[in-house]
Amino acid sequence: MCRLALKTANEPFSPYEVLTAMEAMQEGYDGSGLGLLLRGMEFEDFKYNPRFPILSGIAHTEKAWHRVTDYMDDRGYELKYDHRFHMEDGHIEAEERYRYFLRAYRMPVRFRDESDDVREAEMLKTRLALRNLATEEDKVAVFSFFPDVAMIKEVGWPLQIGNGLCLHDGQIKSRVCMAQGRQNTNYGINLYACHPFFIQGISTMTNGENTAFVPIRDWLVGKDIPGYTGYQSDSEVFTHILHYTLKKLNLPLQAYKHIITPLSTKELSEHPQGEFLTGLRQVCRRLIIDGPNAIIGTLPDESCMLVMDQKKLRPATVGGRDGAWAIASEICGVQAMVPDRDPSLDFQPMREHTVIIPPERKELEIWSQYDPFPLPLAA
Amino acid sequence: MVPVRSVSITPSSLAPIDFPWIIEHKEERCTLCGQCTAVCPKGAIVLAHMRKRVPKLDVFQKKRGNDYRTFTGIRQETDPAKLCIGCGMCSMVCPNDAITPHPGTNENRTVFFNNRKGEPLKRGGRRNNPGATLLDQIMFDRISMLTDPALDAGRHEFTVTTSLGRVLSPEDFLDRTINGGWIPPTREIFPFIIGSMSFGALSPNMWLGLLQGVAYCNEVLGIPVVMCTGEGGCPPWILRSPYLKYIILQIASGYFGWDEIIRAIPEMQCQPAAIEIKYGQGAKPGDGGLLMWYKVSKLIARLRGVPEGVDLPSPPVHQTLYSIEESVMKMIQTLSTAFDHKVPVYPKISASTSAKSVLNNLVRNPYAAGLMIDGIDGGTGAAYNVSMEATGHPIASCVRDCYLDLAAQGKQNEIPIFAAGGIGKNGNVAQNGMAMVMLGASGVHIGKYIMQAVAGCLGNEMNRCNVCNLGICPKGITSQNPKLYRRLDPDMVAERVAETFMSINTEIKKIMAPLGRSQSLPVGMSDAIGIGNQAAADRLKIKYVC
Repeated sequence: MCRLALKTANEPFSPYEVLTAMEAMQEGYDGSGLGLLLRGMEFEDFKYNPRFPILSGIAHTEKAWHRVTDYMDDRGYELKYDHRFHMEDGHIEAEERYRYFLRAYRMPVRFRDESDDVREAEMLKTRLALRNLATEEDKVAVFSFFPDVAMIKEVGWPLQIGNGLCLHDGQIKSRVCMAQGRQNTNYGINLYACHPFFIQGISTMTNGENTAFVPIRDWLVGKDIPGYTGYQSDSEVFTHILHYTLKKLNLPLQAYKHIITPLSTKELSEHPQGEFLTGLRQVCRRLIIDGPNAIIGTLPDESCMLVMDQKKLRPATVGGRDGAWAIASEICGVQAMVPDRDPSLDFQPMREHTVIIPPERKELEIWSQYDPFPLPLAA
Repeated sequence: MVPVRSVSITPSSLAPIDFPWIIEHKEERCTLCGQCTAVCPKGAIVLAHMRKRVPKLDVFQKKRGNDYRTFTGIRQETDPAKLCIGCGMCSMVCPNDAITPHPGTNENRTVFFNNRKGEPLKRGGRRNNPGATLLDQIMFDRISMLTDPALDAGRHEFTVTTSLGRVLSPEDFLDRTINGGWIPPTREIFPFIIGSMSFGALSPNMWLGLLQGVAYCNEVLGIPVVMCTGEGGCPPWILRSPYLKYIILQIASGYFGWDEIIRAIPEMQCQPAAIEIKYGQGAKPGDGGLLMWYKVSKLIARLRGVPEGVDLPSPPVHQTLYSIEESVMKMIQTLSTAFDHKVPVYPKISASTSAKSVLNNLVRNPYAAGLMIDGIDGGTGAAYNVSMEATGHPIASCVRDCYLDLAAQGKQNEIPIFAAGGIGKNGNVAQNGMAMVMLGASGVHIGKYIMQAVAGCLGNEMNRCNVCNLGICPKGITSQNPKLYRRLDPDMVAERVAETFMSINTEIKKIMAPLGRSQSLPVGMSDAIGIGNQAAADRLKIKYVC
């Protein structure tokens, strides 16, 4: 079972803090990989404009690196900042890593007056195109390309990777950081298989196993929506379902839980919006997840969320105080990330709950699937 | 040349060893009670008087000689018209274990004479293709061993129901919810459906026993089983009863029973589960229903609106329309309208290499509620032997192709595919059905299995019995003769229906639990199945395992 840690705070902090929390939960992973997502970026040596999209990834060879930079130049992106990790040898096992990159760009002029939708579609298209630049000899991995978001993924022990990239040096900080220490399951060690997964500003990570992966993947692929590709991990569909719910169906976040783990027919018959939710369950039946999973996610507005599978077969806890909150797959992870909180207020969601840490980080919002659904059309 | 009739034989004279079933009679145990000859549906055994020689020795006279005595015993008829069908009723009724049929080990020579009077063999039953089916060979091999706590089939909650009816895309659903459009009706049902067997093909006791069992499953056990009528309607009181909601009404090319149904619409207390339009049947593609005159009793004649005692061959196609595409489109729309667009209407077709074309027509038809595909291993009450044995298409690859075609368009949730034809043929009903589900079916229809499991149908793939068409069913399942169908107690049929579906329900969970699935029926979960046959694995796009 993988270990998950998310911290969100008003005051930007180093991702190394989260890696330390991962260490507290270390029995749970076998060092097969680390994934990190940072949101609300702050760089020590650059005053970052949060409208600049950041390209995150790894170029395995020099040739691959040039291919990426050339492509971005050709597409009209202007490089504003190129973060250079201070690399320390002897920590990262993986070989053939020419360059880990976090590069902030200004979008081409033609997108200056475009809507967010158009800009986001362009960023997605660019990310997918860059992914496709990889060849057998000159690999390149691109994890995200979005404003105010950076991602790092690598094979190995989380803390060692943090040491290798000198994440403790305070050069990078963020207001939200989510990390997964991976236990290799059924789908091989592959950089793209490391959580969190990302699409158009939406990101989730999961511990567990999505046993309904193949039918869900087949349905998502059949929708022919750009970005619904990859699927090196069975958990990637959770991110895409959240994206589909929010961006394609334009439903509120509460709908996510109703889609992935709908209430039973009996429960729906007693629900105030049972008819609508029954219909929603019907039309989204192929998106019903299965198996043990705790899903932790973040959205572009910096809100963070946690939901459980329908049987709550995985543990997960959320705890914190005004201004700083943590979600982790184990309580010790929460303790490591926000020690100065009242632990008696820690919350372990049950199967019907969606826990939200809103962007203002004052207090938790806890929604139940039994609550009325907040959509006029459901009335 | 004039033949010399030195021996009394004809071309079709056969010896008992030429027959598929040979009666073994133990004279020393027989009390000549006559029960076996009375019960034999074919008149295949007779009480025969025979003479035997007894040696006679007169010691005092020093003479040897013979005496002759007569005795009576049971003998098998050798007229092909009276061939033993191996039903075994004789041994079932024999109080002394004196008689039983055995499968003949010699070649079956009656097959050369089953066309007497120029009429090819017609029979009921199945394809007669024994042995493990492809579905029997499929294993559920993606066992969640690494990260999952095991699910408990006995204690955890499972959702095993499926959806019958057209499902909108999520985008269309939200659009119509906001703007007030029509949302097609759907039913949440158990994925194992009692397949279409008509009131006519089945005896009244069998049919009503099934309905009673189905009602019990729904109302007491909470298993939402539905059953399909087949062509021929159903009794008028049922049309006006609350049980109608458990019934899929079938309309086929003979439209039998639909006068009654149309008349009953204004008085219906509830909607039927669905309407099935039969365009084809897996067991006899190209043929319509074939209810033979023996079975057209007074009751059946009344229900179907025909005279008593006449053959009722339905035409092979719906005669009213110009092309199949038009027929499918117009009939679906018409029937949907007749039921106020509140009842799912879907077609049933024979499995075929052209099934995908029909499916793609349905995808574009907003009123089509699904597609039911019936494979070559399906059963029937009556058909030409050649149709049953050699015409048709196996179900597995047909459904798989159709599912993958839908998936490529992202529409696998919108048009449910139901599969039939050989599900549970060798008794592995839950395994076969769930294999079909993982290949892409939303549910399966079971007919022969139900007859065998709930009423003790004696038919098998070795051509045992299979006389459903003649109205002489020895168990009273497919007969309209009261003397025969009174043998079948509807209450016991209902009890067996309940037992059967309780057991299937548990077996579904036993299959789903180790796969880590409990939240929804694993339709299209092809990563969970494997087969030890490379060619089949390639064809079905599933794993080869060995």
